[in-house]
Amino acid sequence: MGKRIGLEVSLSAAEAVKMANVDCIAAYPITPQTHIVEHLSELVNNGELDAEFIPVESEHSAMSVSAGVSAVGARAFTCTSSQGLALMNEIVHIVASMRLPIVMILANRSMSGPISIWNDHTDVMSIRDCGWIQVFANNGQEVFDNVLFAYRVAESQKVMLPLIVNIDGFILTHVIEPVEFWEKEQVERYLPDFKPVYTMHPDRPVTMGGVGMPYVFSEAKVAQDEPLIQSKTEIITAWKELGDIVGRYYKPIETYRIEDAETLFVTQGSFGETVSLVVDALRDEGESVGLVMDRLWRPFPFDEFREATSQAKNLIVIDRAISYGGQGGPLAIDIRSALYKGENQPNITNFICGLAGRDVTINDFKNIYHKAMEKVKENPREEDFEYYGVRGK
Amino acid sequence: MEIVEPTNVYAYKLITKKEYFAPGHRACQGCAEALAVRLVAKALGRNVIVASATGCMEIISSPMPYTSWRVPWIHVAFENAAAVASGAEAGMKVLMRKGRVPKKKITFLAMAGDGGTSDIGVQALSGALERGHDFIYICYDNEAYMNTGIQRSSSTPYGASTTTSPAGKVIPGQMTWKKNMPEIAAAHTIPYVATACPSYPIDLVEKVKKAARLKGPAYVHILSVCPTGWRLPPELAIKAGRLAVETGVFPLYEVEHGRYRFTGKIEKLRPVKEYLKIQGRFRHLSEEMIDTIQKRVVEEYEKLEKKVEMTEGD
Repeated sequence: MGKRIGLEVSLSAAEAVKMANVDCIAAYPITPQTHIVEHLSELVNNGELDAEFIPVESEHSAMSVSAGVSAVGARAFTCTSSQGLALMNEIVHIVASMRLPIVMILANRSMSGPISIWNDHTDVMSIRDCGWIQVFANNGQEVFDNVLFAYRVAESQKVMLPLIVNIDGFILTHVIEPVEFWEKEQVERYLPDFKPVYTMHPDRPVTMGGVGMPYVFSEAKVAQDEPLIQSKTEIITAWKELGDIVGRYYKPIETYRIEDAETLFVTQGSFGETVSLVVDALRDEGESVGLVMDRLWRPFPFDEFREATSQAKNLIVIDRAISYGGQGGPLAIDIRSALYKGENQPNITNFICGLAGRDVTINDFKNIYHKAMEKVKENPREEDFEYYGVRGK
Repeated sequence: MEIVEPTNVYAYKLITKKEYFAPGHRACQGCAEALAVRLVAKALGRNVIVASATGCMEIISSPMPYTSWRVPWIHVAFENAAAVASGAEAGMKVLMRKGRVPKKKITFLAMAGDGGTSDIGVQALSGALERGHDFIYICYDNEAYMNTGIQRSSSTPYGASTTTSPAGKVIPGQMTWKKNMPEIAAAHTIPYVATACPSYPIDLVEKVKKAARLKGPAYVHILSVCPTGWRLPPELAIKAGRLAVETGVFPLYEVEHGRYRFTGKIEKLRPVKEYLKIQGRFRHLSEEMIDTIQKRVVEEYEKLEKKVEMTEGD
């Protein structure tokens, strides 16, 4: 077992990147991602990590540099938040189509405007359809483990796709948590060297990123989506093997006390830990309630989600992002689609809360629970959702 | 300047017959940019990795599943050729340092048009030059967005009619002066900056080779005549390039470690009118506008002469 130490989650994330023996880190500073890249530059400048730290002039270049790094067969890491993600958006889409297995930590922060540095999921939801594998983390340990998992999956020749590890800005990035490090030997056993089939080298010239005329474009896009959908198998295997090595088992959908639960909360990211305490409290009060946490966001784990929620009468979906003019938050929209035409369709209520770092406490979640119980009596329609805790509403 | 210097009759034989930018690409007739790309590819040989911006040279050379590139070539987007090349350079450096790829000299080339360089790509370029990556950046300047249909860029010369700076009844074409990209590159105090034109192939090849030889970032700005966009018969592409140089519109020079040097000093500049009159994009110019251009060209040329004197180049 590796050493267990208390460390800021950003720093332990950077230590995980170091353990993954990355070759190049290209990054541009943006709150709340900064501590991760600061620590990485420290590791490089102190000779503790043999890598190139490339302090680019923008996030657009951070992702572009990472594309160049990955194309020559080196392991690339980058890290950003909200506006930075928006600026690199163009290249985020392209590297997925080019099958470049770049790993990025997204320290989730709200999208401007108004400008805010605080946490929600509006940034990642803006690139939901970018073709990357996307996972969420509940705590510092999961961030650490999932960085190593990220390279293992992304670089698998069956997958060859970029991967985002979402971590809640400040709520996770800036807190000190106990994290169990891996032994070097464990990393070596789990994460093989990056060996892409095609790389840019004069001895074996290839052309990457050619023009897709209408007669090849659709085929190229399907050839991109299929491996993303199929990557779930590799993802499940990689989490299973991670568990076999370090004893922590992760699944696309995590559940907490769902047995016999009539009502299930559905969360993404660090809300999961808070809601698990709410579930305990409500159960103590005699309520029949449980929790489903979505860890894998893309490819969406339809089967696992349906299985986890098959017995539930009510789902309370907590969204930390807005789909303006849509049917509630992005998570609720996907979940309604996932359950459409299924047997025993549950009532789905949707609450959008915690925008830009606004605290959502245990009592708030209890309120949400009781509000939801009222709402289901009225048989809510799919476009019914509530912004929770907004003054004047 | 002699167009073909006596020693250069032999020098042509030193350019490889091998083609790394293969024939069969889809460029227009008389495209001097494709010619420049071909010469650059010859100058750099096989040990090169090319990062290309979106633009004419990208679309004519890489319609999937075909490619004109016999060397490794990557295209990601419009404004980031310099960033992609920096990533390839940094990645390869680490791989060689860690022994995962055998050590050998590889040249990293970023290429883009004038829009991809002086407009949308200027930030990524400036960043890569400042960070000091060991790479060459080549701007193939055809003085407008030709790929999208001849729209003006910051590199379009004063007076030129383009589809977004048309010669109108009130505003007679482009009303701004061409952005001086080589000077902007030189302001980064990088080891090497040069201008070139495929109408002077030996000079072009020599400069690209020097750019590859010198360690650190190098910037080469190549005037690439575009018959389609300049409204010029294809057979005049080479002549137009020569006239650009001989009139002083596009001086050939290099800046090596801060020292300016003419590589083709024109003792007596030809009248700029000779260059303008063969191009349809300048057809509408009044005598007054031509005078304004003439004055500006001489002024800029003299400025350059002073820089050569000041930095004690030859």
